[in-house]
Amino acid sequence: MRTAAVDWRLAAPLGIVYLALFAAPLLLLLGISLHSDQDLQQWGVDNWVKFWSDAFYRGVVWDTLRLGLAAVLATSLFAWPLAVFFCASSARTQKILLFIILLPLLTSVVIRTFAWIVILAREGLINQAVLALGLSATPLRLLQTETGLILALMQIEMPLMLLPLISVMRGLDPNLLDASRALGAGHWRSFFRVILPLSLPGWIAGATLVFASACTAFISQSVIGGARLVYLPSLIWQQAMVVYDWPFAAVCSVTLLFTVLAGVMMLNWLGRYARTD
Amino acid sequence: MNGVTHSYGNARAVDDVTLEVKAGELVALLGPSGCGKTTLLRIVAGFIRQSAGQVVIGDRAIDDLPPNMREVGIVFQNYALFPHMTVAENIAYGLVARGVNKADQRARVAEMLATVRMEGFADRKPRQLSGGQQQRIALARALAIQPRILLLDEPFAALDKNLRLDMQIEIKRLQQQFGLTAILVTHDQEEAMSIADRIAVMNRGKIEQLGSPIAIYDEPATPFVNSFIGSSNILDGVVEDGRIRLSVGATLPCSLQNLPQGRPVQVSIRPEQLMLVREAAPDRFPVTLTLSLPIGGQLIHDVAAADGTTIKVATARHPGAVSSLSGTWHCALTPEAKPSVFPLPPT
Ligand SMILES: Nc1ncnc2c1ncn2[C@@H]1O[C@H](COP(=O)(O)OP(=O)(O)OP(=O)(O)O)[C@@H](O)[C@H]1O
Ligand SMILES: [Mg+2]
Repeated sequence: MRTAAVDWRLAAPLGIVYLALFAAPLLLLLGISLHSDQDLQQWGVDNWVKFWSDAFYRGVVWDTLRLGLAAVLATSLFAWPLAVFFCASSARTQKILLFIILLPLLTSVVIRTFAWIVILAREGLINQAVLALGLSATPLRLLQTETGLILALMQIEMPLMLLPLISVMRGLDPNLLDASRALGAGHWRSFFRVILPLSLPGWIAGATLVFASACTAFISQSVIGGARLVYLPSLIWQQAMVVYDWPFAAVCSVTLLFTVLAGVMMLNWLGRYARTD
Repeated sequence: MNGVTHSYGNARAVDDVTLEVKAGELVALLGPSGCGKTTLLRIVAGFIRQSAGQVVIGDRAIDDLPPNMREVGIVFQNYALFPHMTVAENIAYGLVARGVNKADQRARVAEMLATVRMEGFADRKPRQLSGGQQQRIALARALAIQPRILLLDEPFAALDKNLRLDMQIEIKRLQQQFGLTAILVTHDQEEAMSIADRIAVMNRGKIEQLGSPIAIYDEPATPFVNSFIGSSNILDGVVEDGRIRLSVGATLPCSLQNLPQGRPVQVSIRPEQLMLVREAAPDRFPVTLTLSLPIGGQLIHDVAAADGTTIKVATARHPGAVSSLSGTWHCALTPEAKPSVFPLPPT
C-alpha cells in the first residue's frame, strides 16, 4: 500500500497539469460540439449530423486518414533500408548519419516547409531537374498536390520513423543475420524473414508517431497543400477562425482526435501480433 | 585453409594460418582469448573476407562465394535461434531457403528433432527452452541443411559444467554417427582434449601446434603450447656434456641433440611425471614438502626445491602414498616421463 501511495504522488504534478490543461478543455470541446447554434445557447447534435451526413466532410476525414497512412508508407519505404545500412556501418559513419537524420528536427517546421516550396514549385529544384533532363516537356505540378505534400511530409517526419526503428534494430543480435546467411538465405530473404519481423516493434512506434504527426501537420498541410487540399486541421482552423462556427469546429476537432486515435489503436493492435520474444 | 591472413586495420588477427581438416574429422581450435579463433571461423563461414590466403572445401576454393552459397553449418556461442519462430520453423529455415517442398521439410525437421532428442518441442518458441535445449536446436538447425563442414564457436561456453559434458558427448556422438567434418572453437583445453581428433593450438593469430590431443599434451612444440595445455613445472637448466644440469640440483638426460655446451634451456615436467622418494640420486633433487591436497583420485603435493622453486607433484592416492610431510624427500622422474626441453636464446 505504501508503494502505491508513493507512485501516485510521483505522477501527481503532471497529472494535475494534464487534468487542467488537457482533460478539462477536451470536455469543454465536447460540450461545445453538442450545441446547435453559434452562440452556444441551445444543446443539440445538429452539428454532428451536419458533419457526418455531408459527403464533403466525410471525404475530408478519409483524406486525412489517407494522408497519415501515405506518410507512414513513404517513410517506411525509405527508413527501413536506411536503418539496415545504418546498422551495418562503422561507428564513425553512424555518427555522421545520426546527425543527418536529426538535422530536420533542429530546424523549425515552418522553415522546413517553406524550403519544400522552393523545391516543389513550378520553377523549383525538382522541375528544373526534370526539364533539364528532358523527362517531361512541361513542368510537373507538385505544389498543392497530395504527391508533393507526401514528399515533404516524408522528409519532415523521417526522424520520427528512423529513430525508434534504428534503436530496435541496433539491439538485434548480429549473429541472427549471420545465422540466416549461413543457412542459405540471401539478403532479401534474410531481411524479410528475420530483420523485418524482429524490428516490427520499432516500426510500430515510428509509424504511430508519423501517423499522428502527419494527420495533424497543420502548417505543412496548409502551406504545401494550399487551399485546394482540405484536411481536418485546416477545416478546424477555417471553421473556428474564419467562419466562427465554434460548435462545428469542435465537431471537427473531436473527429480529428478520434481519427488519429483510431489509427494509433490499429497500429497498437498490429503490435500485439509483432510480439517477438 | 592456405596461408589465411586477416587484419583489422593494421592489427593482425589471423596470421598465415594453414590448416587442413580431413573429411569426418573434428578439429579443435584452441587458444587464449583474442588469438583470432572466431575471426578464423568467420572467414571459413564467409562473414569476413580474409586479407590474404585461400579457403578450400573439397577441391574448390570458396573465397568468392557469399555465406549463403557455402553450405557451411555454424553454431554460435549464443545459439542465435530466431526468437520469433518456433523450434520447427527454426530447423526448417535452411530448408525453406533451399526450396525444399513442405512434406520433405516436415520429415527432415522430425528427423533432426529425433537426432538431437528433442521430439515434442517442435511448437515451442526458443525462449521457452533451457540453454542446453536451445543448444540442441541450434545444432539441429545447422545440421538440417547437411552442411559440408560444421563450425562451432565456443558452443558450450554458456552451459554449466554438467550440461557441458552432456553436450560434448552429444556432439561427439553426432559427429561420429554422421561422419561430420567439424571445426570447434574453444578456449577450454579439457574440452578440446576430450572431444577433438586433432587440436590446433593458436596464439596471436598463428597456429603454434597441430596434432592429436596426446601429442600436444606429451610433446608440446613450443613453450606457449606447453604452458597453455595442462599444468607443468618449468625448471631452468644449462646443457652440460649432452645432459642438462637443473638449477634445482639434478642432472637429466637431454632429449634434444646438438645443443652446444652451456646453452640455457627450460625443462617442462608435468606434475604426474614426478614422484617423491626418500633416496637421493644424481637425477633426483632434494625438496621439502609444504602441502599435500587430495584432488579427485590424485594427491597433489606442493614442494619447494633447495633454491626456492616451488614444484607440483601429482601421485596416485593409493594406501602406500606419501603421508608424512616431515623429513627429506627427493623429487624423481617417473620411469615413463619424457620432459620437454625448450632451448633459450644463448646468453
Ligand atoms: N571487428 C573487429 N575490428 C577490429 N578488431 C577486431 C574485430 N574483431 C576482432 N578483432 C581483434 O582481432 C583479434 C582476434 O579476435 P577474435 O574474435 O578472433 O578472438 P578469439 O580468439 O575468438 O577470442 P575469444 O576467445 O575471446 O572469443 C582480437 O585481438 C580482437 O581484438
Ligand atoms: Mg571468439
